[in-house]
Amino acid sequence: MSLSVTLTHQFPGQAIDVHFETAGGLTALFGQSGAGKTTVVNAVAGLLQPNSGKVMVNGATLLDTNTGRNVPVHRRRIGYVFQEARLFPHLTVRQNLHYGRWMTGARDVDDAEIINLLGLGHLLRRRPGTLSGGERQRVALGRALLSAPKLLLMDEPLAALDESRKAEILPFIERLRDQTRVPILYVSHSISEVAQLATTVVALQNGRVTCAGPASEVMSDPKVVPALGMREAGAILSGHVVKHHDDGLSEIAISAGSLLVPQTIGAVGDPIRLRIAAGDVMLGRERPVGLSALNILPVTVETLHRNSSSESIVKLRAGTDAILAQISNRSAARLQVAPGQALYAIVKSASIARRNSETAIN
Amino acid sequence: MNWLGPEELDAVLLSLRVSFWATVCSLPVGLAVAFLLARGRFPGRQLLNSLVHLPLILPPVVTGYLLLMTFGRNGPVGRFLEDAFGFVFAFRWTGAVLAASVMAFPLMVRAMRLSIEAVDPKLEEAAATLGASRVWIFLTVTLPLIAPGIVAGTILAFAKAMGEFGATITFVANIPGATQTLPSAVYAFLQVPGGEAQATRLVVIAIVISLAALLTSELLARRVQQRISGT
Repeated sequence: MSLSVTLTHQFPGQAIDVHFETAGGLTALFGQSGAGKTTVVNAVAGLLQPNSGKVMVNGATLLDTNTGRNVPVHRRRIGYVFQEARLFPHLTVRQNLHYGRWMTGARDVDDAEIINLLGLGHLLRRRPGTLSGGERQRVALGRALLSAPKLLLMDEPLAALDESRKAEILPFIERLRDQTRVPILYVSHSISEVAQLATTVVALQNGRVTCAGPASEVMSDPKVVPALGMREAGAILSGHVVKHHDDGLSEIAISAGSLLVPQTIGAVGDPIRLRIAAGDVMLGRERPVGLSALNILPVTVETLHRNSSSESIVKLRAGTDAILAQISNRSAARLQVAPGQALYAIVKSASIARRNSETAIN
Repeated sequence: MNWLGPEELDAVLLSLRVSFWATVCSLPVGLAVAFLLARGRFPGRQLLNSLVHLPLILPPVVTGYLLLMTFGRNGPVGRFLEDAFGFVFAFRWTGAVLAASVMAFPLMVRAMRLSIEAVDPKLEEAAATLGASRVWIFLTVTLPLIAPGIVAGTILAFAKAMGEFGATITFVANIPGATQTLPSAVYAFLQVPGGEAQATRLVVIAIVISLAALLTSELLARRVQQRISGT
């Protein structure tokens, strides 16, 4: 399981120059709209001919402009889930699902398993025009999977859906990531989707890779913050459930101590992923007392990153994890924040990003 | 059909035959041209578009005269076809087919072109990612989606061919039993005193055939539309 992409392409008004390699699992291509995410995915699929580049999936070269190799779209064996589903309106759900199998002759995929996994059994005789947005997107996902792809591309598959429909599909994508051996390239501009799904994150800005690596590292890199937007910045921490308290709080152990999370999830001992938004972290030079906040962690300043004329992002070391805090430049000056300084981080809230599954990281 | 005289019956049957062949022969060419106009990006596309639509704008007599100049026995193409293949258009029913085809062509192409332009190329891209080659994409996605346009264009062309008069009479004249189509026969009967009854009978037949064609097209189009709208 591997994916290697090198591309340059010149659009009127924008240049794309991208290189990244991932070992498999789910790679999130992350960035604001116009960053070049869809261009990269279309070039991998063969729907766009880049000026130059090389695309390799599991050691097979799909495109190499140096040698002139260019596998046509229909021979690339790539499952593409588009933002707008793109189901064939003249075919039933069953026919849509089987389309890739007719065309590729791939009979080795168990369609019953995928139909079950996506909960499509009762929809098979319907036509796309009668489906809800969530159902349509699930059919599109099933259709891509049933073509027995060697790589799955998903271009903002949830962007057109409301929150409840998103919540309906996200678990399916998690299961795909963990249960199939097909690498997934997932385009998104939603931090919560990326936090929940990504094994590896490739952050794009203005057609260039600003940062790439394991999800928890990239998300706590202050350099990525401008690409995410201030509001969205935040770190991902791994931990495990220690105890469910009677008052509805769960105690999660992380490397720097423990955090109380206002919801009960998982069983004691379960690994878990937490996301702490940079805007939800305050800093103090002494351990504060008489505060309503429950979670206070001793931290060390790693870097101070001035993001605008008024705001800074501080990267903090908490045990072996990294936490980001967003503070004003005035506060940074008043606290005299400097690398190596010991501070206390007051975490106003933390959310559970996903159950941490070890199978995803391989 | 005792109430129809032999001349009238000849005219009706000839018109049906001419319209049938005119439609069948234009269909593949019309589809190809519609695709060229809808999807093609080449210099001279506007010129081709104008050329296709010309018979719609020109007086039919002019079109008929141009056909006579080109495909008549003394015309360059007509002489070549006769010398090379012994094939003659002028004053034969085949000439009526050619005239009807040319006159019906713009209507056919227009209907097909609109339906091709309505097909979302993104669906064809999706089919390609699922492993479909160009030919399979055309057969399994494009063709089913443009079917209503093909049906509409075909029936429109058939109806137009049934009614074609000006170009036909100019190109192949009005020879009973050979080139006298239904409209030509109506015209001929109206030229002789006492021919009104025969003309009226043909007019009724023309109305019935046209109505039947319209109803069939509506029915077919609705069925096809239902199939492809995805509901």
